[in-house]
Amino acid sequence: MDWGALHTILGGVNKHSTSIGKIWLTVLFIFRIMILVVAAERVWGDEQDDFVCNTLQPGCRNVCYDHFFPISHIRLWALQLIFVSTPALLVAMHVAYRRHEKKRQFRKGDQKCEFKDIEEIRKQRFRIEGSLWWTYTSSIFFRLIFEAVFMYAFYFMYDGFRMPRLMKCNAWPCPNTVDCFVSRPTEKTVFTIFMIAVSSICILLNVAELCYLLTKFFLRRSRKVGNSKQQPNHENKEETKQNEMNELISDSCQNTVIGFSS
Amino acid sequence: MNWAGLYTVLSGVNRHSTAIGRIWLSVIFIFRIMVLVVAAESVWGDEKSAFTCNTQQPGCNSVCYDHFFPISHIRLWALQLILVTTPALLVAMHVAYQQHQEKKLLVLTGHADAKHMEEVKKHKMRIAGSLWWTYVCSVVFRLLFEAVFMYIFYMLYPGYQMMRLVKCEAYPCPNTVDCFISRPTEKTIFTVFMLVTSGVCIILNMAELVYLVVRACARRS
Repeated sequence: MDWGALHTILGGVNKHSTSIGKIWLTVLFIFRIMILVVAAERVWGDEQDDFVCNTLQPGCRNVCYDHFFPISHIRLWALQLIFVSTPALLVAMHVAYRRHEKKRQFRKGDQKCEFKDIEEIRKQRFRIEGSLWWTYTSSIFFRLIFEAVFMYAFYFMYDGFRMPRLMKCNAWPCPNTVDCFVSRPTEKTVFTIFMIAVSSICILLNVAELCYLLTKFFLRRSRKVGNSKQQPNHENKEETKQNEMNELISDSCQNTVIGFSS
Repeated sequence: MNWAGLYTVLSGVNRHSTAIGRIWLSVIFIFRIMVLVVAAESVWGDEKSAFTCNTQQPGCNSVCYDHFFPISHIRLWALQLILVTTPALLVAMHVAYQQHQEKKLLVLTGHADAKHMEEVKKHKMRIAGSLWWTYVCSVVFRLLFEAVFMYIFYMLYPGYQMMRLVKCEAYPCPNTVDCFISRPTEKTIFTVFMLVTSGVCIILNMAELVYLVVRACARRS
């Protein structure tokens, strides 16, 4: 599985995400995909070869393995990660569509177009408002749904998140009840709990991002309503611009090395 | 996605680190991650397949292996390295945020030309103000993770030494059974090596913390 390709695709979306979205993406790649690739795949590598049953009956081992592991943890996690990262592509498509529209406007020589050249259009970061806000919010909502569904699927299929050492199997052709032993159960339990914990963190991040977007939306709306009630004047805009500048200067003057001539 | 991806992310942070921070990063990548990938993984590769117990009882091998190795050294080290390198991302995020603020300031003051924007991207941030606090927090977290993992190692594998023979009596093994570990001496050598480099990294982190605090106090006075 080429997770590198997914990283390339999602890195592009990163530019148009909120800060929480960027943190979510980092957590996804470092704590989930990297752990999956670096560690978990090794732990589950010999899961079928080292699944041993206390019987010489041919076929019993295969049947019992299939009975207790309908789908391996590794495959479930890979599917979960793919599904959870895919809604970001909705956002990527919407951004690409907007860019395409802007390029079309630019080429037609539209007076309203504020860009100097095509390169600027390509590099511009779109603000999350209007229809892009709806797309972005839907993508987060879908992410949440997929995470929750997979966590439930895990819990349902494996009866809690613990991997037992011994399983008793009586599927045909096993004679009566047979003891079957799982390989590396403790290590598997540790990794399962780790992945569940990180999945929960991702769910929290998504909920936080959703709240942030909703708050921003309502604030913007109330500001618009407030502005339309006052007399529209340029002095208000100049004041807010000066306030913003003062804030930025006080934030960054401790760390800036270059000086700017005013 | 592999260690090289992590390297790309972290070398970006390298630019804004102190000199000790850069040494720490080199030690991490050369003496720990590279050794882990090149050597340790081949030594532990056959840890389960070559773990042999003196019995033909099916399942006894698996159960005894699980009893003595709840989590393999290799996985513990991989987790340790990932968790220890991650606090540097806090610094990377803070630096990116500050660069974003500087760019906004440039736009507002009307200096938003390509040359100034490039300068913002390339110049080295001074570790002062809120960035100092983020940096110090990241070093503290690194120290904490290193210490926690060294303790976990000690708890799981007392004495850091790999025995040649372990005696196992978990069900379904009949009575007590002798089990033999593969390549115990080589594993002990690598365990001690990784432990020593971990100790060196802890010392580097402490030195960096002291350096930052002393610099901050000197700047204040």
